[in-house]
Amino acid sequence: MLLLKGGHAHDPQIDLDDVIDILIVDGNIARAEKNIDEPDAQVVDCTGLEITPGLVDMHVHFRDPGLEYKEDIATGSAAAAHGGFTDVATMPNTDPVCDTGASVAYQRARGEEVGLVNIHPIGALTREEKGESLAEIGDMVLAGAAGFSDDGHGVQSASMMRTCMKYVSQFDRTVIAHCEVDDLSGKGVVNAGRASTRLGMFGWPGLAEEAEVARDIALSRSTGCPLHIAHISTKRSLELVREAKKEGLLVTCEVTPLHLFLTEDDITDTYNTNLKVNPPLRTKEDAEALLEGVLDGTIDAVVSDHAPHAAHEKDCEFELAAFGSVGLETTVPLLLSYMAKKKLLDFARFVELLAINPRAILRLRPVTLAPGSVASITVLDSQKKVTVDTEYLQSKSKNSAFLGSTLQGAAVTVIKDGVITYQS
Amino acid sequence: MLSVEHLLDTTSLTAEDITQILDVAASFEDKEGRASGRSGTLAGRTIVNLFLEPSTRTRSSFELAEKRLSADVLNMEGSSSSVVKGESLADTIQTISAMDVDMFVCRSRYAGTPQLITQNTNAKVINAGDGKHQHPTQALLDLYTIREHFGHLDNLKVAIVGDLSHSRVCGSLAPALKTMGSEVVLVAPPTFQVADPAYFGATQTAHFDEVLDSCDVIYLLRVQLERMEGAAIPSPREYFRLYGLDEARLKRMKEGAIICHPGPLNRGMEIAAESADAPNAKILSQVHAGVLTRMAEMYLLLGGDADAVA
Repeated sequence: MLLLKGGHAHDPQIDLDDVIDILIVDGNIARAEKNIDEPDAQVVDCTGLEITPGLVDMHVHFRDPGLEYKEDIATGSAAAAHGGFTDVATMPNTDPVCDTGASVAYQRARGEEVGLVNIHPIGALTREEKGESLAEIGDMVLAGAAGFSDDGHGVQSASMMRTCMKYVSQFDRTVIAHCEVDDLSGKGVVNAGRASTRLGMFGWPGLAEEAEVARDIALSRSTGCPLHIAHISTKRSLELVREAKKEGLLVTCEVTPLHLFLTEDDITDTYNTNLKVNPPLRTKEDAEALLEGVLDGTIDAVVSDHAPHAAHEKDCEFELAAFGSVGLETTVPLLLSYMAKKKLLDFARFVELLAINPRAILRLRPVTLAPGSVASITVLDSQKKVTVDTEYLQSKSKNSAFLGSTLQGAAVTVIKDGVITYQS
Repeated sequence: MLSVEHLLDTTSLTAEDITQILDVAASFEDKEGRASGRSGTLAGRTIVNLFLEPSTRTRSSFELAEKRLSADVLNMEGSSSSVVKGESLADTIQTISAMDVDMFVCRSRYAGTPQLITQNTNAKVINAGDGKHQHPTQALLDLYTIREHFGHLDNLKVAIVGDLSHSRVCGSLAPALKTMGSEVVLVAPPTFQVADPAYFGATQTAHFDEVLDSCDVIYLLRVQLERMEGAAIPSPREYFRLYGLDEARLKRMKEGAIICHPGPLNRGMEIAAESADAPNAKILSQVHAGVLTRMAEMYLLLGGDADAVA
């Protein structure tokens, strides 16, 4: 038995915004009310802390199997729990690509064995993510895949993407689209415009994303398949999603803290390769529009796109460096810092972005703070100071775009299925 | 003393830095106008020419400049970053630095390589061209040539014409001209234009003939066919017709205006033979200025006193 005493609980699913105690028995919430007295329970003092349903990062790369030198399911799970998450969705661009039921089953089994976070594998849309033929999507659904994506790149052929979406439409699953027209992004490594001019490198224009967002929305309309736009990065892409939602299409989208809190201007003459991400950091105007989208509900989820890479893949020329930044351990501190500073984002919206909506998009069972729900809970300390350095990061790779930042706010206790998976 | 520790780009140079380099360069010219320098000036100093991208002209210019100052020279080549060979550039630089060298002169096909080198050595670094980013020693020799002709570097109008989007020459010359108080107009077909000319403080146009007769300097860039991925222009013939400095355009140039080109020339592509060999073409003067200005850059970065040679 576990008793969370005196925390401020936030759960818009049950209209909860109050200081209460939560009693956990046998992995479930037994009681959630004021002044619970249970002498046999292990007490977690939550005075002055915030309590939310267990957080979900619906876009991470655990590199397992095949690329364990960057990350594996054990280290990735530790980073996730440390970052405040009880659930993650792992992208399929492993080696081999997660494109069969057996691969999905492996990740889930290994995740359970480690036991720190629930792993929900995303299966590949196409075999080996080559964009040429359908992967065994039904087999993966039966093995527990939570969605489908060729994340890492877009499905270049419109007819192949249509086939994928038509095929997925028979299952209750969402297609997660990495939108990038390869021959428009080309060799681009930074945003096309000021950054590409200033730094003298090929530009990856917003157009390369927007053209494919527009295409995939049209395909969602035509096939009826739910579509989720991954790591949206431009103002115009967001406009397209806003229009699609207005039309009533089954379209959702996510954004990373990279694209909310950093811009192309942050890439300076030091050529910091941890700022080389895909899609690239965009303009200030884009970042402001994305923040607006987070606040007004156009953006459904905040994800890390946790992309670990070994030191030698980043400690090199910018144009040769791998794309990506780790993020599982900075998403919550970044959002809490923003909330403390700006007061525009409240905890109800925070819970929607990081718990309610991701579970809905991944077709997971809802998790609430009401009696009867499974006890997956994140406890946050909005005051806690966090310095992002290599010691702070439990991920196997340290390639954080936010290295050196001092942030305010972090998860202090994480409970998954009634068991404490992280406590500071 | 320069305000910078390394010569990585022109955007960090002040007008005073540029003037100082050009003045010291001029002092290295002997009475016959040759870049004779002062033998012994850098005796006992070791300079590594690390050319990770093939280059004949720039490397020769650096090597001569180094030898005229009596520096010890180590030439290293590589087809690309040694990352390909499994050794990172950082490892390579740390290894060479352990042999006690004073300066790296680096040419690379990747932007930011010289910055990466500075993070791994205590030696001084000169950027001899990094990808599509910067080529500051080219810009300085261009400025030397222009100043030698006009006697000043302010209030001039300079057209830079060619494949701007792939050009480190444009990337370093345009900001340097702005620093010195001149106006820059970038001329190229839209498919060769830079994404953000305002960053250089320049205007940009596709219409060469509209600006040709108002410019003091027509600076032609080499159009590199090997970089024309996705065919940004239909043919060399059409490029020459719209943007080439042919005889008709040569005649329309402003009185006293000069032609510059970083070389090597594509005669018949961006420049007609008549224009390349015209009396107001300063192409060989630029090459000559290259040795002088590189001597000055190395001399000043390695602690030389501007007043001692002036």
